[in-house]
Amino acid sequence: MSDVSFVRTDMLSEQEPPASSVGVIGWMRSNLFSSWGNSILSLASMAFLYLILSAILPWAISPTWGATSLAECREILHGLGREGHLSGACWGVIRDRWVQLFMGFYPSEFYWRPILTFILLFVALAPVLFADKVPAKLIWFSALYPFLMPWLLWGGSLWVPLAVLAGFVIGFLVHGVVSKKMSGLAGLIAGLVAAVVWWMFLAGIVSGALTSIIPLALESVESRKFGGLLLSLTIGVVAIGFSLPIGVVLALGRQSDLLIVRALCVGFIEFIRGVPLITLLFVASTLLNIFMPPGTNFDIIMRVIMMATLFSAAYMAEVIRGGLAALPTGQYEGADSLGLNYWQAQRLIIMPQALKISIPGIVSTFIGLFKDTTLVSVIGLLDPLGLSNAIRADAAWNGIVWELYGFIALMFWVFCFSMSRYSMYLERKLQTGHR
Amino acid sequence: MSEMATKRTADRAKMQVSDEIAIEITNMNKWYGSFHVLKDINLTVNQGERIVIAGPSGSGKSTLIRCLNALEEHQQGRIMVDGTELSNDLKNIDKIRREVGMVFQHFNLFPHLTILENLTLAPIWVRKTPKQEAEETAMHFLEKVKIPEQALKYPGQLSGGQQQRVAIARSLCMRPRIMLFDEPTSALDPEMIKEVLDTMIELAEEGMTMLCVTHEMGFARQVANRVIFMDEGQIVEQNEPEELFNNPKSPRTKLFLSQILGH
Ligand SMILES: Nc1ncnc2c1ncn2[C@@H]1O[C@H](COP(=O)(O)OP(=O)(O)O)[C@@H](O)[C@H]1O
Ligand SMILES: [Mg+2]
Repeated sequence: MSDVSFVRTDMLSEQEPPASSVGVIGWMRSNLFSSWGNSILSLASMAFLYLILSAILPWAISPTWGATSLAECREILHGLGREGHLSGACWGVIRDRWVQLFMGFYPSEFYWRPILTFILLFVALAPVLFADKVPAKLIWFSALYPFLMPWLLWGGSLWVPLAVLAGFVIGFLVHGVVSKKMSGLAGLIAGLVAAVVWWMFLAGIVSGALTSIIPLALESVESRKFGGLLLSLTIGVVAIGFSLPIGVVLALGRQSDLLIVRALCVGFIEFIRGVPLITLLFVASTLLNIFMPPGTNFDIIMRVIMMATLFSAAYMAEVIRGGLAALPTGQYEGADSLGLNYWQAQRLIIMPQALKISIPGIVSTFIGLFKDTTLVSVIGLLDPLGLSNAIRADAAWNGIVWELYGFIALMFWVFCFSMSRYSMYLERKLQTGHR
Repeated sequence: MSEMATKRTADRAKMQVSDEIAIEITNMNKWYGSFHVLKDINLTVNQGERIVIAGPSGSGKSTLIRCLNALEEHQQGRIMVDGTELSNDLKNIDKIRREVGMVFQHFNLFPHLTILENLTLAPIWVRKTPKQEAEETAMHFLEKVKIPEQALKYPGQLSGGQQQRVAIARSLCMRPRIMLFDEPTSALDPEMIKEVLDTMIELAEEGMTMLCVTHEMGFARQVANRVIFMDEGQIVEQNEPEELFNNPKSPRTKLFLSQILGH
């Protein structure tokens, strides 16, 4: 009996954890050498890292920033006793051409325009990306930005984007009036018709007339002057901006009860996903002009943006469909039982959750799209990759490979990595409770 | 299940049944594909009645009450809710859904919205109530279900019992005339069942018309004025609770009661 009975007489005081479990040693123990197998893996990885860095760093650390040609680079390196093809990088090419890699052939006196466009992009994105940190009123600027951006980049009369904007306002007003008087569907159709009539027949006349009275115009810049990262960003940002809403509509259409709507959406998605982007770009660059009515000269960048948008919208639709499928039917029933209509339920209940689930997939699609913009070099547009070929064609820099590609890779990496980090931040922020 | 899950005794004197008809189902049939799930249902519910629907799993109880707010479509017969016929007309469906609240087995709260937002969403968007007023109503009902302090949390941070009470409050914020409950306590741990049943009893005392699918016989005894027993898509027996439990007529009812009461 007395064996089982135990009473503590003096309470124990708190003690420091053993040194082997805290500090640097503790960290290494638990993260690198927690077992024999892990220790071997850790050592092997370190050896691998060492091999790579010891090959790259000596090459990259090379005092050739000031050189004005490849030959001069070689001389500088020769003077240092470094011989051979891979003895050192020739950074002079980056110093010489970095502005071009960013801006293409955009007229240098107007560089402020793309720079301003880019800064304003962040202002416009802020209410979307950091909704809780900026004033909600800023969303009005976000709505105006799509009209401001092409005007700043391409120039021309301010009345043209304003006339396009007016089309939306007219369509919206007509929709409001008609759907009050008649049904919602009639309102939708009337609004669409009014907007299209305005764009097709009136917008051009009105904006032309206004321009001749008050010419609020910026100097125009032609599309073929666009190049470098500016071109990639223009295509990427616009295509990303449009592909998300189009993807949402396609995903909803694919789930629709209406057979024709569903068939159209499925057909579109499967067609686009079954065709390589390159093919679509070739269609954009050559075939599309054949289908257009004669005389219309549809801007090449616009055509490329259209194809890139449709391409990623199809992928987006599938990503979002995955998010929709992950929602329990109880969410639809909850919304229905409260009397929310289809669009309210989608907007307030279903989409916020489906999009949240799909964030990693959506951002992957964005990143993929942004990198795919480099394919436009194949149809002769001078994106950074296209420019790198052009730069190599210059006698001074003939033979340069790694420096240019490395720099271009870095430019893309900065953007893609930011997107990836942002998506992780957003996922964390939208985490609500443990479910 | 538990005979007396709730200790709170309901005040039956307060539960008045009026002559006004709330729900009228006549010769209603429903099929899932070729499966005849509801067979010739006839049921009239007056304003203020508390009806408990019981029956074995798969007997069509959920389907029946889901037909009442058009979550499911019936193919034959007539359903009148609060004087409006349920048909394919979307206007009628919208009207009925505004008058009929529903509480689900798995709560179906919106996990991306706070409790307060869950409660104000439908009043603001469907009833076009100003936000301020909707929030006041929401807080009123949160106090009624005794969890006003949880208003700014998310559903995922609440216990099952609390979530179900939020779900009830969410329905009440639309000021419904009829409440449907589909096994509101069967996803809950035993100690949480009581708090939800108490809320439902209070609701009954305020004269709410209620249709509850539940196997809580204690609740049925205290609150229901009628118990309906369903099997194989049909109404097999209906009676006052004491009468149905103590003196079932149909052998199917007897068998079912002996199973759930564990005799
Ligand atoms: N969406 C559906 N499609 C096909 N069959 C269904 C569907 N929902 C329910 N059922 C079937 O209908 C019958 C009745 O279901 P339900 O009303 O949920 O029963 P209860 O709620 O009484 O358990 C069951 O046999 C079930 O399998
Ligand atoms: Mg059920």
